[in-house]
Amino acid sequence: MQFQHYDPGDFYDELFVAKGEPRPEAALLIERISGLSLDELQQRRHAAQNALFKLGVTFNVYSDNEGTERIFPFDIIPRILPSQEWETLERGLKQRIQALNLFLDDIYGEQKILKDNVIPRELVESATGFLRPCIGLKPPQGIWCHITGTDLVRDRSGDWYVLEDNLRCPSGVSYVLENRRVMKTTFPLVFNKMSIRPVDDYASKLLETLLNLAPPGLPDPTVVVLTPGIYNSAYFEHSFLAQQMGVELVEGRDLTIVDGYLQMRTTKGLKRVDVVYRRIDDDFIDPLAFRPDSLLGIPGLMEVYRAGRVALANALGTGVADDKVIYAYVPQMIKYYLGEDQLLANVPTYLCWEADQQSHVLANLDQLVVKSADESGGYGMLVGPHATQAEREEFAGRIRANPRKYIAQPTLSLSRVPTLFEDHIDGCHVDLRPYILYGKEIYINPGGLTRVALKKGSLVVNSSQGGGSKDTWVVGEAGQDQSQSQSQSRGQSQSQS
Amino acid sequence: MLSRVANSIYWLNRYVERAENIARFVDVNLNLLLDSPTVMTQQWEPLVATTGDRPLFKSRYGEATADSVIQFLTFDQEYPNSILSCLTAARENARSVREIISSEMWEQVNLFYLMVKEASQQQHLTLTQLPSFFAEVKTASHLFAGVMDATMSHNEGWNFGRVGRLLERADKTARILDVKYFILLPSPSDVGTALDELQWIALLKSASGYEMYRKRQRLISPEGIANYLILDREFPRSIAYCLLQAERSLHEISSTTLGSWNNSAERSLGKVRSELDFITIEEIVQQGLHEFLDHIQTQLNCVGASIFDTFFALEPVS
Repeated sequence: MQFQHYDPGDFYDELFVAKGEPRPEAALLIERISGLSLDELQQRRHAAQNALFKLGVTFNVYSDNEGTERIFPFDIIPRILPSQEWETLERGLKQRIQALNLFLDDIYGEQKILKDNVIPRELVESATGFLRPCIGLKPPQGIWCHITGTDLVRDRSGDWYVLEDNLRCPSGVSYVLENRRVMKTTFPLVFNKMSIRPVDDYASKLLETLLNLAPPGLPDPTVVVLTPGIYNSAYFEHSFLAQQMGVELVEGRDLTIVDGYLQMRTTKGLKRVDVVYRRIDDDFIDPLAFRPDSLLGIPGLMEVYRAGRVALANALGTGVADDKVIYAYVPQMIKYYLGEDQLLANVPTYLCWEADQQSHVLANLDQLVVKSADESGGYGMLVGPHATQAEREEFAGRIRANPRKYIAQPTLSLSRVPTLFEDHIDGCHVDLRPYILYGKEIYINPGGLTRVALKKGSLVVNSSQGGGSKDTWVVGEAGQDQSQSQSQSRGQSQSQS
Repeated sequence: MLSRVANSIYWLNRYVERAENIARFVDVNLNLLLDSPTVMTQQWEPLVATTGDRPLFKSRYGEATADSVIQFLTFDQEYPNSILSCLTAARENARSVREIISSEMWEQVNLFYLMVKEASQQQHLTLTQLPSFFAEVKTASHLFAGVMDATMSHNEGWNFGRVGRLLERADKTARILDVKYFILLPSPSDVGTALDELQWIALLKSASGYEMYRKRQRLISPEGIANYLILDREFPRSIAYCLLQAERSLHEISSTTLGSWNNSAERSLGKVRSELDFITIEEIVQQGLHEFLDHIQTQLNCVGASIFDTFFALEPVS
């Protein structure tokens, strides 16, 4: 009933092959939704949003005085991924994280990749995320990026691309867990009949990952989550994760360095902290080593960290790999460190830093998306086809003035998922952020956060820019059809190169 | 437990209890007015006086009328002790310790806040709406305390919360008793009249003490009521009861035996508690009820300050 008028149009639709023809893995869900009246659907939507509001699953928006707290808009129609497709992504992501981690270990260590001229030294050293004080650091087990949220998109043809890596403090995983909780009460029958991979073990895996970093030989290491405080946009998540792991949530003012160790102030005196899952950016974490005006950090932490007396997740300095110019070199890193071809493609990227690519970008601004190399959250970008002439000219000026700071990519026609509005269902563009943990081995939470652009036609899915989220279902048993999916992924990387 | 967290749980409970007691204050005054002869001028000034924030009120509102006082005490966002401000602060504190308290507690304090916030956005609560609003505030606070009791482990954090709630309640019971003192001032000749008795009953009710008092003492007398609200060892809103229980929690936190002390918090609380243990209502009346209540409030402030110094002060210990 509901989908009678739904038309996937000229897009890759995650639930439909064509008008009136659901994908096989989505058939049961579509049938179930079609059996409900629009009123019933709206009721379930309201119930779901109320549940999230009551749980306080909210985020704060910077520079917004009234009602800073909002719930992240949630749509009850999920995105569905068949498990063999998921396994392809999983392999691609594991490869990517492994290479990025080796890259971090290298550039803060021997810098072989720079000496071999695979990546220009100048680019790495000019990245804002490249922190000189981190040179020579030896994080436990050689792991730098313990928690990563990689943004994936698929284009009109259905091919997957990595849009960006988030190796500093990726947020959003709490929505994955809470959305799922709410969805189970929204569509219990569907969960009953379909085999949807559970996501609930994330907190246990995260705790394992963190405990893996503790200095060896400690019987009961203390793990904490470090938050900037309740006014941070992701505060809910910090508190949620601490609660789910059963560890303390601390702020900078709770911590102090005494006797060469990081300690927290408790009602019974000081207590040593061994592992910090920090949700504060590198710049702010130690005013003595980085930004002196930071009130959030702990003066002297860097020294303790360097001495190996406390472990941080993620390690400091990982931000260099988030730089969108460095991103463009990931295929080379994979080749260099692993001797493999990239399984999961990058979006073709033009570096304004190189003269010929820059002139191509300037000539085609109306077709490209221009991004600032060191900003995220949908800030500092130009969506060429949607921008005015004046905006494009302004950006052209910025590019010429600071070419290192900008990259450009073709405007991808992101895939869509049916989304429930007040009186109809419409297709909205989505991306996908899986959460990857690097501990004893690499673990990826099945699915991830599907962010959806709720403004009609919009391609920007960030929560700070009016985006919402959906539950992501990886459907089907694990380990099916491996051979087929492998050949498919090779096909993708070939079409890319 | 983190000092900051202990501090937040303590204040979370204080603020919720404070909001409840402000509702009680205003409610008792509304009740008194309904029972008073029409010739009596409306007495709102005393209410402001008992809060101890008269200068602030004067500077913001000038004259004390029903409207201005109710606005000040319930919905004034700039007055830190209004019901709305208390709930905002309680919620902020709860938010900063969400991973420590139970999610049911968070939900309850969040709903409580949203209820008050919504009420504050209505243009003007009428005389018929106000009593039900205050009743809702009281119920929400009881619900919070009940939820905390039933869902949070009775651990260190819970004990800090309880200390906060009980100290706040002791202080506010003292102030509620003081309302009567201020109301009486203008016309001492009313003492002992039917009106006087009605006022005392209203006061008991505002402390939810009327029925329990009747079971215990039957006759309404000012001394009896003062005795009950200050010294009764079983009534959960009497000052003595609050301090007795707060002391227990404080000693659980540090595992010090009752009757001795290990830090300034235990000492100062033990001191005022034992004073109440051995004083009689006759002695209190002799030194003046108002003066005695004033003295207790000062002592309670000292207890609060020493709890802060002992457990919460964030300065490095070394």
